[in-house]
Amino acid sequence: MLVPHIVKPRPDTGLTNGKFGIWLFLASEVMLFGALFATYLMLRVGATDWPLGTTYLDPKWATLNTAVLITSSVTMVMAWAMSAKRDFAKFRFFMLLTVALGFCFMIIKYIEYSAKFDHHYYPSTHVFLAIYFTLTGLHGLHVLGGMAVNAYLALFGKKLYDKDPEWFTNRVENSGLFWHFVDLVWIFLFPILYLL
Amino acid sequence: MSDGHHEELSFWRKYVFSTDHKVIGIQYCVTGLAFLFFGFCLMMLMRWQLAYPGKAIPIIGGLFGDARAPGGIMLPDFYNELGAMHGTIMVFLGVVPLAVGGFGNFVLPLQIGAPDMAFPKLNMLSYWSLFVGGVVMFSSFFLEGGAAQSGWTSYAPLSNIAPSGQTAWLIGMIFLITSSLLGSVNFIVTTVQLRAKGLSMFRMSIFCWAQFVTSFLLLLAFPPLEAAGVLQLMDRLADTSFFMPDGLVISGEVLDRSGGGSPLLWQHLFWFLAHPEVYVLILPALGIVGEIIANNTRKPLWGYRTIIYSLIFLGFMSFIVWAHHMYMTGMGSVLATFFQTTTMIISIPSVIILTALLLSLWGGSIRFNTPMLFALAFLPMFGIGGLTGLPLGLSAPDIALHDTYYVIGHFHYVVAPGTIFALFAGIYYWYPKATGRMMSETLGKLHFWPSLLFINGVFFPMLIQGLNGVSRRLADGGATYDFAGAVGPLNKMMSWSAWGLALAQIPFIINFFLSLKTGKEAGDNPWNATTVEWASPSPPPHGNFATEPVVYRGPYEYSVPGSDIDFIPQTKEG
Repeated sequence: MLVPHIVKPRPDTGLTNGKFGIWLFLASEVMLFGALFATYLMLRVGATDWPLGTTYLDPKWATLNTAVLITSSVTMVMAWAMSAKRDFAKFRFFMLLTVALGFCFMIIKYIEYSAKFDHHYYPSTHVFLAIYFTLTGLHGLHVLGGMAVNAYLALFGKKLYDKDPEWFTNRVENSGLFWHFVDLVWIFLFPILYLL
Repeated sequence: MSDGHHEELSFWRKYVFSTDHKVIGIQYCVTGLAFLFFGFCLMMLMRWQLAYPGKAIPIIGGLFGDARAPGGIMLPDFYNELGAMHGTIMVFLGVVPLAVGGFGNFVLPLQIGAPDMAFPKLNMLSYWSLFVGGVVMFSSFFLEGGAAQSGWTSYAPLSNIAPSGQTAWLIGMIFLITSSLLGSVNFIVTTVQLRAKGLSMFRMSIFCWAQFVTSFLLLLAFPPLEAAGVLQLMDRLADTSFFMPDGLVISGEVLDRSGGGSPLLWQHLFWFLAHPEVYVLILPALGIVGEIIANNTRKPLWGYRTIIYSLIFLGFMSFIVWAHHMYMTGMGSVLATFFQTTTMIISIPSVIILTALLLSLWGGSIRFNTPMLFALAFLPMFGIGGLTGLPLGLSAPDIALHDTYYVIGHFHYVVAPGTIFALFAGIYYWYPKATGRMMSETLGKLHFWPSLLFINGVFFPMLIQGLNGVSRRLADGGATYDFAGAVGPLNKMMSWSAWGLALAQIPFIINFFLSLKTGKEAGDNPWNATTVEWASPSPPPHGNFATEPVVYRGPYEYSVPGSDIDFIPQTKEG
């Protein structure tokens, strides 16, 4: 049995269930990261000496990662557009590219983390590093989550696409909303942790 | 749509890993009731220690081992463990799963004429996430050092250095938060997207409105606690110092941590959730009481729209009152003024709703059945709970009353004879819809009257003790403190009332199970009610309605002048 408004929007709200659901979920994510940003503020305001980001971190890698993530948002939109134009092969290409860029981001993150550990910079070293590892770690988990969903859509999406391409495109759009959100979180993380 | 294709489901898919909102609702109800009972048992043990400090617990005293109760005499650490887990279990595993997960899941889709929740699989996931959280919490009792013992508020830095039960507490909470999050997304989408044809938002019942507002609170208030939980896990497992200040000295030794953190940060993050959480506990109860009062006074609810606007306003305001739990932390008078102002403002919509419910009784020919008795008792009990809260909301009297039994009395009046009575009312009211059979009225009254008596016997003396300055955290109930001398003997009366309260639940337990078999056949609409859920068969089949319901009118068209019967169902044409 199917519930209504999965594929076609409800006329008076103009929304499908999934799209409304993902926006609500993003609202809760804003509160989650909002609380962590508030934590950052409170720790920094209360600190007697707060290190500049560059004391511990290297903005070079982070700048590269910013570029990688923004590019992946572009390929994400391309994937959605290809699905909406009913070109599954091109959709798959752009979606896999999005996943690959996400992977790229994680590799760079890994290089960064290893460099910290080599210098004996651990979460326990300083409260700045504590919030750095927590924020970027949680963000990294979100990237992994988004990659998993995108990879699933690219690799196993054909069946649903053949059955109902509109339903499938809705799913790509929802996954894309999440991906852009994860991207946006990074846009805030980058200046706060590395530059200020 | 509803009875399109019927495939036979296996036992596991039908009753255990079901995606049907009714089965999930009942799973939530049973889990919630079981944890309420378990949390109540923890409290009964504590009450022994308070009434007879230093005496061996009779009969079962030997079961707790030498680490907790050598010779059956409870150690203070064990008392703390019971206290922390009583609070956590009652709030997060008892009342919320029952009020939101249970009633919300079972009643809300039926009441808006939907075939199911918007995301049935997510719904199942949200129940099982709660279940895992419950198992983690429960099994933490068996860890070395026992379960969490830093209070249900888990204040840092005490909780940071507590035994490993605290880690289990945090992991359990993360599961419970995930469960609430998935549930709240589902409720909001269902309410907005799946309302039956003709059911505009202002034809929706008070109960659905209450659940709708509650879901927003869960959605937006829980993530900060999740963040706080992650930070405390980091503090405990990765030796960070989010909640550890510089130069913390524990047992005469300076702690080997980087420091630089803030214990106050935990309190802010915790209460940012936990104040809206109070409204999560109350709003569904108000919704249930509203339904039952309209039905049993045979009158429209007084001030239907006013109640709805008050609910929305309450929900909004509940996000900006949290620091009234923190007047004692040395906040400046400017901040205290802000928070006591918002706290006084938030009391206004609560009073409006209570007044509207009270006025709804005026001039009605009231049916005093069991659901109605519980709903009626809710009004003065919640009233006492609310009014005793006013002095706590103002910073000057709060300095005297903070952390005394007065606080315990206050919020228990809100949640126990308040919310839990409303939940009992809801169970008696919707039981026929869920099972097709009525619960026994005789046993119901045998449940109600002693419960009302004993529950006041437990909580009213707390207010008196608190006004005399007895702290809530004394493991011996104040026996060794001079100032508690005059009000100390009240402890015996409270404890005996608590155990009496336990006995008073026996008729309910018998009723709950016996009525499944022997209850009177209910039919579709045993209470002659107007709302949409009563248009479905009892119990409703998979897909809920035989034909898609269409709504033609508002929710409480009782005793309409000129009509030959005293109720007009929402689904009746014309």
